[in-house]
Amino acid sequence: MKSKEPESSAKKKSEKVLKDLRGFGSTLYGQMEKGKFPWVEMPSRSTENIFYSPDVRQYILGEKSVKRSARNIRHIKPFTQMVWAGFFASELVKNRKTSTLRDVYYSAQAYEMSFKDQPESNNIITDLETATGFAREDFNVFPEERSAIFGDLTIEYTVPGYEGKQLNLTSHPDGVMIGPSLVSSEFAKTGCDKVIAIEKGGLFTRFIEERVHEKFNALLVLTAGQAPRATRHFINRLNRELELPVFIFTDGDPWGMHIAMVIISGSANAAHLRGLTTPDAKWSGVYATDVVDYKLPSDPLTAVDIKRLHELEKDPRYTGDLWKREIKTFLKIKKKAEQEAFSRYGLTYIVDKYLPAKLEEMGD
Amino acid sequence: MVTFQEISPADFFYRNRDIAGFTNPSRAIFASVRELVENSLDSADQMNIPPEVYVRLSTENSDTAAESGNGVYRLKIMDNGSGISARHIPSAFGQVLFGSKYTLKQARGTFGLGGTMAILYGQITTHKPVLIKSSTGTSKIYEYKMMIDIQRNRPLILDRKTRRNKEQWRGTIVEYSLEGDYLRAMSKILEYLKQTALVTPYADIRFVDPKGRLYLFNRATKKMPPPPTETLAHPYGVDVETIQRLIRVTDCRNLLDFMRKHFHRVGQGTSLSFLDFAGFIKTANLQGLKPEDVTRLVETIKKFKKFKKLFGEVSEENLKISLKKTKYQNMLNFMKASFPNVDRTFILRLLSAAGFVRTKNPKKLRPDEIVRLVRMMKKFPDFLPPDASCLSPLGEDLLRAGILKELKPEFIAVSQRKPSTYAGHPFIVETAIAYGGDIPKKDDFVFYRFANRIPLLYDEASDVSVRVIRSINWRRYKVISGMPVAILVHVCSTKVPYKTVGKEFIADRPEVKSEILNGIREVARRLQTFLTKREHRAKERRRLSVFSKYLPKIARFSTDLAGKTEEPDIESLLRSVSKFEEQGA
Repeated sequence: MKSKEPESSAKKKSEKVLKDLRGFGSTLYGQMEKGKFPWVEMPSRSTENIFYSPDVRQYILGEKSVKRSARNIRHIKPFTQMVWAGFFASELVKNRKTSTLRDVYYSAQAYEMSFKDQPESNNIITDLETATGFAREDFNVFPEERSAIFGDLTIEYTVPGYEGKQLNLTSHPDGVMIGPSLVSSEFAKTGCDKVIAIEKGGLFTRFIEERVHEKFNALLVLTAGQAPRATRHFINRLNRELELPVFIFTDGDPWGMHIAMVIISGSANAAHLRGLTTPDAKWSGVYATDVVDYKLPSDPLTAVDIKRLHELEKDPRYTGDLWKREIKTFLKIKKKAEQEAFSRYGLTYIVDKYLPAKLEEMGD
Repeated sequence: MVTFQEISPADFFYRNRDIAGFTNPSRAIFASVRELVENSLDSADQMNIPPEVYVRLSTENSDTAAESGNGVYRLKIMDNGSGISARHIPSAFGQVLFGSKYTLKQARGTFGLGGTMAILYGQITTHKPVLIKSSTGTSKIYEYKMMIDIQRNRPLILDRKTRRNKEQWRGTIVEYSLEGDYLRAMSKILEYLKQTALVTPYADIRFVDPKGRLYLFNRATKKMPPPPTETLAHPYGVDVETIQRLIRVTDCRNLLDFMRKHFHRVGQGTSLSFLDFAGFIKTANLQGLKPEDVTRLVETIKKFKKFKKLFGEVSEENLKISLKKTKYQNMLNFMKASFPNVDRTFILRLLSAAGFVRTKNPKKLRPDEIVRLVRMMKKFPDFLPPDASCLSPLGEDLLRAGILKELKPEFIAVSQRKPSTYAGHPFIVETAIAYGGDIPKKDDFVFYRFANRIPLLYDEASDVSVRVIRSINWRRYKVISGMPVAILVHVCSTKVPYKTVGKEFIADRPEVKSEILNGIREVARRLQTFLTKREHRAKERRRLSVFSKYLPKIARFSTDLAGKTEEPDIESLLRSVSKFEEQGA
């Protein structure tokens, strides 16, 4: 599946970000020059304006839009904060510096733009995302939590001081952190033909030890629980730019299932953004049916698990046959299993037996 | 053996000085200052001259007074009032219940008790004479040194001097010694003088305290409220004793004239219908009627247009025939039957005009008749309410001037209610509400209570106006605790319904209460408007400050983002916000 808008290289992207931010500033400037209170219009992010689009295969925002105007006493403060955030983002991108949401919160104080609290500051960044259509990672604002990647991919840095420098992602046995420099790098070459995303650090390390990347010719990505947006964006790039199929391995419970789903179809919170989802990625286990088929050691589902499953049943993202079947099976067997459960058959069983079988099944 | 003995009024008050407010040394010194200041203000008011009152309090045995406050003080009060003629000076100050105020018009004092009581108190605590100097502006000033013979309620003159009044001074000076406790009374005395200055904005009051400190309360205006006129008693307000006194002095030969002459707002019509109502009217007996009587009746009808209109064309012949045939004994019943459509009062008026109405000579009323007369007066529903010319409210302008002078508030609303009555006594309520300025921010209101321009300082909680104020839901008027709000209530009446002789608080008369309530509501509504506007302005100011905080930042960041160097002009935008403020205010 090709995306509608071909992804430009990281450098081109940052140029576009700067151009659009300048446009944003010019619009406001022009409004004020004409003696008008500056205003912006952007899609509404209220729940009634969030829809699941089967075409795009992710949540999108509907037709409703909101007008934020400096004329409105209730709007003027968040409006100013958003303009400041735009200014701050443009400074970051221009100077090729990175920042975090926490950092944004503190930086505001230097401009006498204090936010009441972290959520207020986060919300303003989301406003800026909505108004400009860029993800905060495009503004070099990265989350604190980091995931990792390992495998035969050579990247070329674009960050200051490392421009042109290349790195093969097998160079460090713990994997390479998916941070700002990696996300903004260009892909030079790869010998891999697939991406395997793994929920847990333990299994990620096991896969490297068992040389899964060689045996299966795969790039290994650690999502470390729910994948950070930068990682989702990176997986999207691997899928789109290198045309690598993506397989996702998680725990066999509703939460693991949802980690895979967010990588595939995104979340409602990011309905205003594109390029964070990989609709063709495949959830490859652990399935409820695997718990039965492989006779895995299991725990009973808790009340919270069951409640979550019922929620997922109604979720428009869970329409495929596989999802329906697995939710039903979970509810039937009332059991769940972790990825590590395969260790009961020996440390390498999962790599030697389960993985090949799954990949073959997925390849169909 | 039981002995009986008569005591004089002076003796009575000597024994019962508590009821006049001389309870203890601190109350006594406060009451003394107050009584004499009130006399001075009253005497200037009577002359319609802006009062000037000078009060000096000094210690006589300075040691004890300085230490504990309790000691012997010398009090001197000087005014520019009417002065007292030489022959009245001894009685005015040496005889309890002798005074110029036993009339039905509003004055601060009413009992003729206060001034003499103060002097009496000084005498019984120090056994020293009082010095009085007074002149009515004639060529002479009279000086008396005297004491009171308590048992006989008579002045005892010790010395008398006459001086030449070169400068045509007019006024009165009273000087005497008394035991008291100034330290304890100080705050009340100062508060009393301050409130007096507030409610008497046309008076200059100076006070020198025992430490030699001078307190000045300068007048804010020379305008004085119109003086009250003396008035007759209203029938609703009299008792048997009053009637008997009137009967003793009247020169009226019949009740009809008696009612008209001695009572407030009673005319011929009211007098007739009241006496008829009370059963004191006799009309001519038909038996003894002479032909010329009938002629007179017919002529009277003809003479008055009003009667003619009511009774129509009456023929003497027909009237004579009907008179012969009638079964009625007296004229009134006969006329009622003959003219069923005519109001009874008009028939009475006609008969009275024609000389057929007879009423008793008041001097010949039997005791039971007097009692019946008084009872019927209370029952008769058609007496006109008393008018307020005997009252002298301060008026809205003077009240405002007084409050501005003493409290310097940010906002002030005053209201004078229309005259009203309770039990035959006219009264007027004046209310005011003030906000900010020198008024302290407290959890509670600051109360200013006045009755006939006297500040009431004691027993606040029992006072009717305080109760009324407490019963109001102030949140409706946007008044919340902690606001600097002062509320003033002034009740003027020929008879203020005090609960005690000490004139400290006003009783719960429903009529008075409802007037106070309405008065306070009116000024409270105006305060509410003020507070709402103020809130509005504050909100707009906050609005403007928000815009002027953020708009420049938007301009700055947008300029930077757009890559421009010069910031857009946002002055007009800010101006448009402030323009909105003017419209909103």
